[in-house]
Amino acid sequence: MNIQATKKQLFWGLVFGIIFGFLLQKGGVTKYDVIIGQLLLTDFTVLKIMLSAVLTGMLGLHVMQRFGLIKLKPKAGSWGKNAIGGLIFGLGFALLGYCPGTIAGAMGNGYLDAIFAGLIGIIAGSGLFAVAYPLLNNRILTKGNYGNLTLPRLFKINEWLVILPVALIIFLILFMFERTGL
Amino acid sequence: MSWLMEVQWSPYAVGIGIGILSWFTWLISSKPIGCSTSFAKTAGLIEKLFRGNKVDDRPYYQEVKPGVDWQWVFVAGIVGGAAASSLLSGDFSWQWVPSVWEQNFGDNVLPRLATALAGGLLLGFGSRWAGGCTSGHGISGTMQLAVSGWISAICFFIGGIIMAQLLFTVIA
Repeated sequence: MNIQATKKQLFWGLVFGIIFGFLLQKGGVTKYDVIIGQLLLTDFTVLKIMLSAVLTGMLGLHVMQRFGLIKLKPKAGSWGKNAIGGLIFGLGFALLGYCPGTIAGAMGNGYLDAIFAGLIGIIAGSGLFAVAYPLLNNRILTKGNYGNLTLPRLFKINEWLVILPVALIIFLILFMFERTGL
Repeated sequence: MSWLMEVQWSPYAVGIGIGILSWFTWLISSKPIGCSTSFAKTAGLIEKLFRGNKVDDRPYYQEVKPGVDWQWVFVAGIVGGAAASSLLSGDFSWQWVPSVWEQNFGDNVLPRLATALAGGLLLGFGSRWAGGCTSGHGISGTMQLAVSGWISAICFFIGGIIMAQLLFTVIA
Protein backbone atom coordinates (compact mmCIF):
# COMPACT_ATOMS: atom_id res chain seq x y z
CA MET A 1 0.00 0.00 0.00
CA ASN A 2 1.28 3.40 -0.98
CA ILE A 3 1.38 5.61 2.15
CA GLN A 4 1.46 9.32 1.32
CA ALA A 5 1.73 10.86 4.78
CA THR A 6 3.81 10.71 7.94
CA LYS A 7 2.69 8.56 10.86
CA LYS A 8 1.83 11.70 12.80
CA GLN A 9 -0.38 13.02 9.99
CA LEU A 10 -2.13 9.66 9.72
CA PHE A 11 -2.65 9.55 13.49
CA TRP A 12 -4.38 12.94 13.50
CA GLY A 13 -6.38 12.11 10.38
CA LEU A 14 -7.72 9.02 12.12
CA VAL A 15 -8.51 10.90 15.35
CA PHE A 16 -10.32 13.70 13.52
CA GLY A 17 -12.20 11.16 11.38
CA ILE A 18 -13.40 9.26 14.45
CA ILE A 19 -14.68 12.50 16.00
CA PHE A 20 -16.36 13.50 12.72
CA GLY A 21 -18.02 10.09 12.38
CA PHE A 22 -19.17 10.22 16.00
CA LEU A 23 -20.73 13.65 15.44
CA LEU A 24 -22.38 12.65 12.15
CA GLN A 25 -23.98 9.62 13.81
CA LYS A 26 -25.17 11.66 16.82
CA GLY A 27 -26.64 14.16 14.37
CA GLY A 28 -28.65 11.42 12.65
CA VAL A 29 -27.13 12.10 9.23
CA THR A 30 -25.73 8.60 8.85
CA LYS A 31 -29.36 7.65 8.16
CA TYR A 32 -30.99 7.48 4.74
CA ASP A 33 -34.31 8.64 6.21
CA VAL A 34 -32.84 11.90 7.54
CA ILE A 35 -30.96 12.75 4.33
CA ILE A 36 -33.86 11.95 2.02
CA GLY A 37 -36.10 13.95 4.40
CA GLN A 38 -33.89 16.97 3.75
CA LEU A 39 -34.05 16.52 -0.03
CA LEU A 40 -37.86 16.11 0.21
CA LEU A 41 -37.86 19.29 2.34
CA THR A 42 -39.65 17.57 5.23
CA ASP A 43 -36.72 17.29 7.69
CA PHE A 44 -34.17 20.10 7.96
CA THR A 45 -31.62 18.30 10.16
CA VAL A 46 -28.96 18.23 7.41
CA LEU A 47 -29.13 21.97 6.76
CA LYS A 48 -29.22 22.77 10.48
CA ILE A 49 -25.99 20.82 10.98
CA MET A 50 -24.28 22.17 7.87
CA LEU A 51 -25.21 25.80 8.48
CA SER A 52 -24.18 25.78 12.14
CA ALA A 53 -20.90 24.08 11.17
CA VAL A 54 -20.26 26.70 8.47
CA LEU A 55 -21.10 29.56 10.87
CA THR A 56 -18.77 28.24 13.60
CA GLY A 57 -16.02 27.21 11.21
CA MET A 58 -16.10 30.40 9.14
CA LEU A 59 -15.71 32.69 12.17
CA GLY A 60 -12.95 30.59 13.77
CA LEU A 61 -10.95 30.01 10.60
CA HIS A 62 -10.91 33.65 9.56
CA VAL A 63 -9.91 34.80 13.06
CA MET A 64 -7.10 32.22 13.07
CA GLN A 65 -5.99 33.30 9.60
CA ARG A 66 -6.07 36.94 10.71
CA PHE A 67 -3.60 36.04 13.48
CA GLY A 68 -1.39 34.11 11.08
CA LEU A 69 -2.08 30.71 12.68
CA ILE A 70 -3.36 29.08 9.50
CA LYS A 71 -3.44 29.72 5.76
CA LEU A 72 -6.75 28.86 4.08
CA LYS A 73 -6.70 27.10 0.69
CA PRO A 74 -9.96 27.82 -1.18
CA LYS A 75 -10.38 25.31 -4.01
CA ALA A 76 -10.14 26.48 -7.60
CA GLY A 77 -13.21 25.86 -9.72
CA SER A 78 -15.31 26.76 -12.71
CA TRP A 79 -18.97 26.76 -13.69
CA GLY A 80 -18.31 23.70 -15.84
CA LYS A 81 -16.85 21.84 -12.88
CA ASN A 82 -18.88 22.94 -9.90
CA ALA A 83 -22.33 23.55 -11.43
CA ILE A 84 -22.48 20.53 -13.74
CA GLY A 85 -20.59 18.21 -11.39
CA GLY A 86 -22.69 19.50 -8.51
CA LEU A 87 -25.95 18.68 -10.30
CA ILE A 88 -24.74 15.16 -11.19
CA PHE A 89 -23.68 14.72 -7.57
CA GLY A 90 -27.11 15.88 -6.43
CA LEU A 91 -28.95 13.32 -8.57
CA GLY A 92 -26.79 10.56 -7.07
CA PHE A 93 -27.18 12.03 -3.57
CA ALA A 94 -30.97 11.54 -3.72
CA LEU A 95 -30.80 8.05 -5.25
CA LEU A 96 -28.27 6.81 -2.73
CA GLY A 97 -29.43 8.84 0.27
CA TYR A 98 -25.89 9.19 1.59
CA CYS A 99 -22.94 11.36 0.54
CA PRO A 100 -19.25 10.36 0.51
CA GLY A 101 -18.76 11.32 4.17
CA THR A 102 -22.06 10.10 5.57
CA ILE A 103 -21.81 6.79 3.71
CA ALA A 104 -18.73 6.00 5.79
CA GLY A 105 -20.86 6.81 8.84
CA ALA A 106 -23.74 4.70 7.50
CA MET A 107 -21.33 1.76 7.17
CA GLY A 108 -20.33 2.20 10.81
CA ASN A 109 -24.02 2.33 11.72
CA GLY A 110 -24.48 -1.12 10.12
CA TYR A 111 -26.40 -0.08 7.03
CA LEU A 112 -25.90 -2.78 4.43
CA ASP A 113 -27.23 -0.82 1.43
CA ALA A 114 -24.31 1.55 2.07
CA ILE A 115 -21.73 -1.24 2.36
CA PHE A 116 -22.83 -3.54 -0.46
CA ALA A 117 -24.14 -1.07 -3.05
CA GLY A 118 -23.41 2.59 -2.28
CA LEU A 119 -19.72 2.17 -1.46
CA ILE A 120 -19.10 0.06 -4.57
CA GLY A 121 -20.96 2.63 -6.66
CA ILE A 122 -18.97 5.59 -5.34
CA ILE A 123 -15.62 3.89 -5.90
CA ALA A 124 -16.64 2.73 -9.39
CA GLY A 125 -18.06 6.16 -10.26
CA SER A 126 -14.83 7.84 -9.13
CA GLY A 127 -12.81 5.37 -11.21
CA LEU A 128 -15.02 6.02 -14.25
CA PHE A 129 -14.37 9.71 -13.86
CA ALA A 130 -10.62 9.07 -13.88
CA VAL A 131 -11.12 7.26 -17.21
CA ALA A 132 -13.33 10.02 -18.65
CA TYR A 133 -11.14 12.86 -17.33
CA PRO A 134 -9.00 13.40 -20.47
CA LEU A 135 -12.19 13.79 -22.54
CA LEU A 136 -13.78 16.27 -20.14
CA ASN A 137 -10.78 18.23 -18.96
CA ASN A 138 -10.09 20.81 -21.63
CA ARG A 139 -13.68 21.08 -22.78
CA ILE A 140 -16.22 21.19 -19.98
CA LEU A 141 -14.17 21.40 -16.79
CA THR A 142 -12.48 24.67 -17.69
CA LYS A 143 -15.66 26.45 -18.91
CA GLY A 144 -16.32 29.60 -16.91
CA ASN A 145 -13.14 29.30 -14.87
CA TYR A 146 -12.92 31.46 -11.76
CA GLY A 147 -9.85 29.91 -10.11
CA ASN A 148 -9.71 29.98 -6.33
CA LEU A 149 -11.92 33.06 -6.12
CA THR A 150 -13.52 33.86 -2.76
CA LEU A 151 -16.62 35.94 -2.09
CA PRO A 152 -14.63 38.89 -0.60
CA ARG A 153 -12.44 39.02 -3.73
CA LEU A 154 -15.49 38.67 -5.99
CA PHE A 155 -17.16 41.68 -4.35
CA LYS A 156 -13.77 43.41 -3.86
CA ILE A 157 -14.48 44.21 -0.21
CA ASN A 158 -12.86 43.48 3.13
CA GLU A 159 -13.48 39.85 4.13
CA TRP A 160 -15.23 40.82 7.37
CA LEU A 161 -17.83 42.69 5.30
CA VAL A 162 -18.72 39.29 3.87
CA ILE A 163 -18.18 37.14 6.97
CA LEU A 164 -20.41 39.14 9.27
CA PRO A 165 -23.42 39.41 6.88
CA VAL A 166 -23.09 35.68 5.98
CA ALA A 167 -23.00 34.85 9.70
CA LEU A 168 -26.08 36.99 10.27
CA ILE A 169 -27.97 35.42 7.35
CA ILE A 170 -27.14 31.88 8.55
CA PHE A 171 -28.23 32.81 12.06
CA LEU A 172 -31.54 34.23 10.75
CA ILE A 173 -32.18 31.12 8.61
CA LEU A 174 -31.60 28.85 11.63
CA PHE A 175 -33.79 31.12 13.77
CA MET A 176 -36.53 30.88 11.12
CA PHE A 177 -36.27 27.07 11.07
CA GLU A 178 -36.92 27.04 14.82
CA ARG A 179 -39.73 29.62 14.70
CA THR A 180 -41.58 27.76 11.96
CA GLY A 181 -40.99 24.39 13.64
CA LEU A 182 -39.07 22.90 10.71
CA MET B 1 -21.06 10.61 30.45
CA SER B 2 -24.68 9.69 29.68
CA TRP B 3 -24.70 12.24 26.84
CA LEU B 4 -22.37 9.91 24.92
CA MET B 5 -25.08 7.25 25.09
CA GLU B 6 -27.91 9.39 23.76
CA VAL B 7 -29.26 8.33 20.35
CA GLN B 8 -29.43 11.83 18.95
CA TRP B 9 -27.97 15.22 19.82
CA SER B 10 -29.28 18.63 18.88
CA PRO B 11 -28.30 19.34 15.26
CA TYR B 12 -26.88 22.67 16.43
CA ALA B 13 -24.61 20.98 18.96
CA VAL B 14 -23.42 18.61 16.22
CA GLY B 15 -22.93 21.45 13.72
CA ILE B 16 -20.98 23.59 16.20
CA GLY B 17 -18.92 20.50 17.05
CA ILE B 18 -18.07 19.98 13.37
CA GLY B 19 -17.20 23.68 13.05
CA ILE B 20 -14.82 23.48 16.03
CA LEU B 21 -13.38 20.21 14.67
CA SER B 22 -12.54 22.08 11.47
CA TRP B 23 -10.52 24.64 13.46
CA PHE B 24 -8.34 21.79 14.70
CA THR B 25 -7.99 20.00 11.35
CA TRP B 26 -6.60 23.31 10.01
CA LEU B 27 -4.47 24.11 13.05
CA ILE B 28 -2.92 20.67 13.49
CA SER B 29 -3.05 19.12 10.02
CA SER B 30 -3.45 22.18 7.72
CA LYS B 31 -6.32 20.29 6.09
CA PRO B 32 -9.97 21.03 5.41
CA ILE B 33 -12.55 18.38 6.30
CA GLY B 34 -13.21 16.45 3.07
CA CYS B 35 -14.00 12.92 1.94
CA SER B 36 -14.55 12.28 -1.75
CA THR B 37 -10.93 12.36 -3.00
CA SER B 38 -10.29 9.23 -0.94
CA PHE B 39 -12.78 7.26 -3.02
CA ALA B 40 -10.88 8.24 -6.19
CA LYS B 41 -7.60 7.19 -4.55
CA THR B 42 -9.22 3.88 -3.59
CA ALA B 43 -10.48 3.41 -7.16
CA GLY B 44 -6.91 3.92 -8.37
CA LEU B 45 -5.53 1.45 -5.81
CA ILE B 46 -8.09 -1.18 -6.87
CA GLU B 47 -7.36 -0.63 -10.57
CA LYS B 48 -3.65 -1.11 -9.73
CA LEU B 49 -4.41 -4.60 -8.40
CA PHE B 50 -5.46 -5.53 -11.94
CA ARG B 51 -3.38 -3.30 -14.20
CA GLY B 52 -0.36 -2.54 -12.07
CA ASN B 53 1.61 0.69 -12.37
CA LYS B 54 0.16 1.48 -15.81
CA VAL B 55 -2.67 3.07 -13.81
CA ASP B 56 -0.33 5.93 -12.88
CA ASP B 57 -0.33 6.96 -16.57
CA ARG B 58 -3.92 8.11 -16.38
CA PRO B 59 -3.80 11.93 -16.29
CA TYR B 60 -6.31 12.01 -13.44
CA TYR B 61 -4.14 9.81 -11.22
CA GLN B 62 -1.16 12.07 -11.89
CA GLU B 63 -3.16 14.82 -10.16
CA VAL B 64 -4.83 12.61 -7.55
CA LYS B 65 -2.22 9.96 -6.75
CA PRO B 66 -3.65 6.60 -5.65
CA GLY B 67 -2.60 5.86 -2.08
CA VAL B 68 -3.37 6.33 1.59
CA ASP B 69 -3.11 9.88 2.93
CA TRP B 70 -4.52 12.04 5.74
CA GLN B 71 -7.99 12.19 4.21
CA TRP B 72 -8.09 8.44 3.52
CA VAL B 73 -7.57 7.57 7.19
CA PHE B 74 -9.98 10.39 8.10
CA VAL B 75 -12.71 8.61 6.09
CA ALA B 76 -11.77 5.28 7.69
CA GLY B 77 -12.04 7.02 11.06
CA ILE B 78 -15.61 8.09 10.24
CA VAL B 79 -16.63 4.42 10.02
CA GLY B 80 -15.14 3.78 13.47
CA GLY B 81 -16.58 6.94 15.04
CA ALA B 82 -20.08 6.23 13.76
CA ALA B 83 -19.82 2.61 14.92
CA ALA B 84 -18.72 3.75 18.39
CA SER B 85 -21.52 6.30 18.62
CA SER B 86 -24.25 3.90 17.46
CA LEU B 87 -23.00 1.02 19.66
CA LEU B 88 -22.89 3.30 22.72
CA SER B 89 -26.48 4.44 22.19
CA GLY B 90 -27.84 1.09 21.04
CA ASP B 91 -28.72 2.65 17.67
CA PHE B 92 -26.47 0.25 15.72
CA SER B 93 -28.37 -2.20 13.52
CA TRP B 94 -27.67 -4.34 10.47
CA GLN B 95 -30.25 -3.00 8.02
CA TRP B 96 -30.72 -3.57 4.30
CA VAL B 97 -33.71 -1.34 3.54
CA PRO B 98 -34.18 2.07 5.23
CA SER B 99 -37.70 2.62 6.63
CA VAL B 100 -38.70 5.61 4.45
CA TRP B 101 -37.66 3.60 1.39
CA GLU B 102 -39.68 0.61 2.64
CA GLN B 103 -42.82 2.73 3.18
CA ASN B 104 -42.67 3.95 -0.41
CA PHE B 105 -41.13 1.11 -2.40
CA GLY B 106 -41.61 -2.01 -0.25
CA ASP B 107 -39.17 -4.22 1.63
CA ASN B 108 -37.62 -5.98 -1.39
CA VAL B 109 -33.84 -5.61 -1.05
CA LEU B 110 -32.92 -5.69 -4.75
CA PRO B 111 -34.61 -2.44 -5.91
CA ARG B 112 -33.00 -0.62 -2.98
CA LEU B 113 -29.55 -2.02 -3.77
CA ALA B 114 -29.89 -1.25 -7.50
CA THR B 115 -30.91 2.34 -6.74
CA ALA B 116 -28.12 2.76 -4.19
CA LEU B 117 -25.58 1.41 -6.69
CA ALA B 118 -26.80 3.79 -9.43
CA GLY B 119 -26.81 6.65 -6.92
CA GLY B 120 -23.28 5.79 -5.81
CA LEU B 121 -22.04 5.80 -9.40
CA LEU B 122 -23.48 9.27 -10.03
CA LEU B 123 -22.25 10.49 -6.64
CA GLY B 124 -18.70 9.27 -7.23
CA PHE B 125 -18.62 10.58 -10.79
CA GLY B 126 -20.22 13.90 -9.81
CA SER B 127 -18.00 14.47 -6.79
CA ARG B 128 -14.87 14.08 -8.93
CA TRP B 129 -16.40 16.26 -11.66
CA ALA B 130 -17.19 18.99 -9.13
CA GLY B 131 -13.88 18.49 -7.30
CA GLY B 132 -15.46 17.84 -3.91
CA CYS B 133 -18.48 16.66 -1.95
CA THR B 134 -20.88 17.78 0.76
CA SER B 135 -17.94 18.03 3.19
CA GLY B 136 -15.14 19.38 0.98
CA HIS B 137 -17.27 21.92 -0.87
CA GLY B 138 -20.46 22.03 1.21
CA ILE B 139 -18.84 22.56 4.61
CA SER B 140 -15.14 23.37 4.14
CA GLY B 141 -15.47 25.32 0.88
CA THR B 142 -18.38 27.46 2.03
CA MET B 143 -16.73 28.28 5.38
CA GLN B 144 -13.65 29.51 3.49
CA LEU B 145 -16.05 31.64 1.42
CA ALA B 146 -14.83 29.89 -1.75
CA VAL B 147 -16.97 30.59 -4.81
CA SER B 148 -16.38 26.96 -5.89
CA GLY B 149 -17.80 25.75 -2.57
CA TRP B 150 -20.95 27.87 -2.62
CA ILE B 151 -21.81 27.07 -6.26
CA SER B 152 -21.19 23.34 -5.72
CA ALA B 153 -23.19 23.20 -2.48
CA ILE B 154 -26.18 24.95 -4.07
CA CYS B 155 -26.05 22.59 -7.07
CA PHE B 156 -25.78 19.49 -4.82
CA PHE B 157 -29.09 20.46 -3.25
CA ILE B 158 -30.78 21.53 -6.51
CA GLY B 159 -29.91 18.16 -8.09
CA GLY B 160 -30.84 16.31 -4.92
CA ILE B 161 -34.21 18.00 -4.49
CA ILE B 162 -35.12 17.39 -8.16
CA MET B 163 -34.25 13.67 -7.99
CA ALA B 164 -35.92 13.19 -4.60
CA GLN B 165 -39.14 14.74 -5.92
CA LEU B 166 -38.97 12.60 -9.05
CA LEU B 167 -38.42 9.45 -7.03
CA PHE B 168 -40.96 10.04 -4.27
CA THR B 169 -43.76 11.96 -5.98
CA VAL B 170 -43.59 10.81 -9.61
CA ILE B 171 -42.32 7.20 -9.38
CA ALA B 172 -43.48 6.12 -5.88
